[in-house]
Amino acid sequence: MPELRGIRVFHAKLHDLRYPWDMSAETQLAVEFSARIRAHALRMVNSASAAHIGSALSIADILSVLYTQILRVDPVRPDWLQRDRLIVSKGHATSILYATLAERGFFPLDWLTDYCRDESKLLGHVSHHVPGVEVSTGSLGHGLPIGCGMALAARADGRASRTFVILSDGELDEGSNWEAILFAGHNRLSNLTAIVDYNKIQSFGTVKDVLDLDPLAAKWESFHWDTIEIDGHDLAQLQTTLSRVPLEGDKPTVIIAHTTKGKGVSFMEDRLEWHYKSPNPAQLEQALKELGYTS
Amino acid sequence: MRTAFIDTLNDLASRDERIWLLCGDLGFSVLEPFAKNFPNRYVNVGVAEQNMTGVAAGLALSGKMVFTYSIANFPVIRCLEQIRNDVCAHNLNVKIVSVGGGFAYGSAGYTHHGTEDLAIMRVLPNMTVLAPGDPIETKLLTIAAAERPGPCYLRLGKAGEPIIHTSQPHIEIGKVIVLREGDAGTVISTGATLGMAMKAANELAALGVSVTVLSMPSLSPLDKDAILLAAKNTGRIVTVENHGLGGLGSAVAEVLAESSIHPRFAAMYLQARPAKVAGSEAAMYASHNLSPSAIAAKMMSLIDS
Repeated sequence: MPELRGIRVFHAKLHDLRYPWDMSAETQLAVEFSARIRAHALRMVNSASAAHIGSALSIADILSVLYTQILRVDPVRPDWLQRDRLIVSKGHATSILYATLAERGFFPLDWLTDYCRDESKLLGHVSHHVPGVEVSTGSLGHGLPIGCGMALAARADGRASRTFVILSDGELDEGSNWEAILFAGHNRLSNLTAIVDYNKIQSFGTVKDVLDLDPLAAKWESFHWDTIEIDGHDLAQLQTTLSRVPLEGDKPTVIIAHTTKGKGVSFMEDRLEWHYKSPNPAQLEQALKELGYTS
Repeated sequence: MRTAFIDTLNDLASRDERIWLLCGDLGFSVLEPFAKNFPNRYVNVGVAEQNMTGVAAGLALSGKMVFTYSIANFPVIRCLEQIRNDVCAHNLNVKIVSVGGGFAYGSAGYTHHGTEDLAIMRVLPNMTVLAPGDPIETKLLTIAAAERPGPCYLRLGKAGEPIIHTSQPHIEIGKVIVLREGDAGTVISTGATLGMAMKAANELAALGVSVTVLSMPSLSPLDKDAILLAAKNTGRIVTVENHGLGGLGSAVAEVLAESSIHPRFAAMYLQARPAKVAGSEAAMYASHNLSPSAIAAKMMSLIDS
């Protein structure tokens, strides 16, 4: 098993594994990590009666692979200059990011129990006052322009730091993203990787009905990005793809990750209402059971 | 003012490698020397101010001091949320430079009139708000802005503004500059109306009325002590600005209202009235009743009443 500071021993029943005996140690680690952060996020939103659990579960596997295998970050030195930068531009998916950072050792796990409570640093949208968070987000369409600036600075300074930005699909309605997509392509920011959480459900309906993004890959490609589409819940595929970026070397990369909103909890999957609802105690118990935990 | 700004920035950038300049595809015949001298620290981001401000934030988060540059409202209101969330909330070293404050682009129309920017910028957290009164103040405040970490808004006129200061003043962010002293009243000006304020003082002097003139280029932080001192010593205050409600006049009124000193007070500012017809800068000011004689008359009305 790769050594990772902050990763604890897992006892969870492995969920979602068809062929666990075929898995690499890295993938197995990511599987366990995914289940664990999903369980944290569910407990957090239940305890805080908070929203956005569907959006959080949608990127659990992406965060899991990034933080267990891809990102060069150090929980002991969150401001390490040479680190990779991750911006979660869909700042409402905060529970899963905080669960990830706590599991990775950026701050104590018991902070999670105070999520959204008075005086807690862990407020309902991503905050840079939390160790390990690069940028506060919440209003959509801010992360990618900032990521462009970080990538530009790293290139100018000759740093190997890479910048990753996780975007939601609904967020791509924001014009500021397309300004940044144009900018990054034009300036050949090959040290920048965007990951689109393409779960096809946005705040008030399906992406298709609200403001269709199709053909999404062709749009990015025409803006001079290396574009790849993957299953955003296939940990091995995520790992392989993220390990390969930049794909060609002189372009920014976008990974369009086809995902399922609410992934991992049967009654939340593909259901718009879990953008808003918080699981009640019975639903929490059921959800945790599906992930192999008891509440 | 813009020439004083870019010359100063060139000078600063030659000594400070952290300095970057981003422009939103504007600055023809102004920014070229910077682009030539520092090609790796200059980016024309295109006509995309939201991205420009976000990119500036990302650079600043990586240790750079970033100047963003465009005309009137474009680097300010067009990308206001990026300024609020990305720059101010993170307290980043981003300096927003707007050319064309007030009616500097008079006949260009309302889209190019910077008439609400100071009001908006001065309520943002961590934001230093500066509106120099002449090219000398522009130079000194550009230096001061670079020395002061954190977000800053630098509101400039355009080109050809007269030099008002006869000697190099001592400039400190958050402090007024005294140009003239008199005890009948005080005219406080921010930005390019400084010349008007001085002319008004001359007109008043010709009538035997001696007033103090303060240049107040720093709206945030605000020199509250200077306002209260002027109120106490002269009993009458007229504020003058090429900006609408919410700028200097409002800032001074807030200080006075919260104090126990209540001088006679009048605020001269632009009306919230988008231009319907073309007008030069001078014509625009006249149509908003902003002129040296109007300022002098306003002061006289406070003295006579």
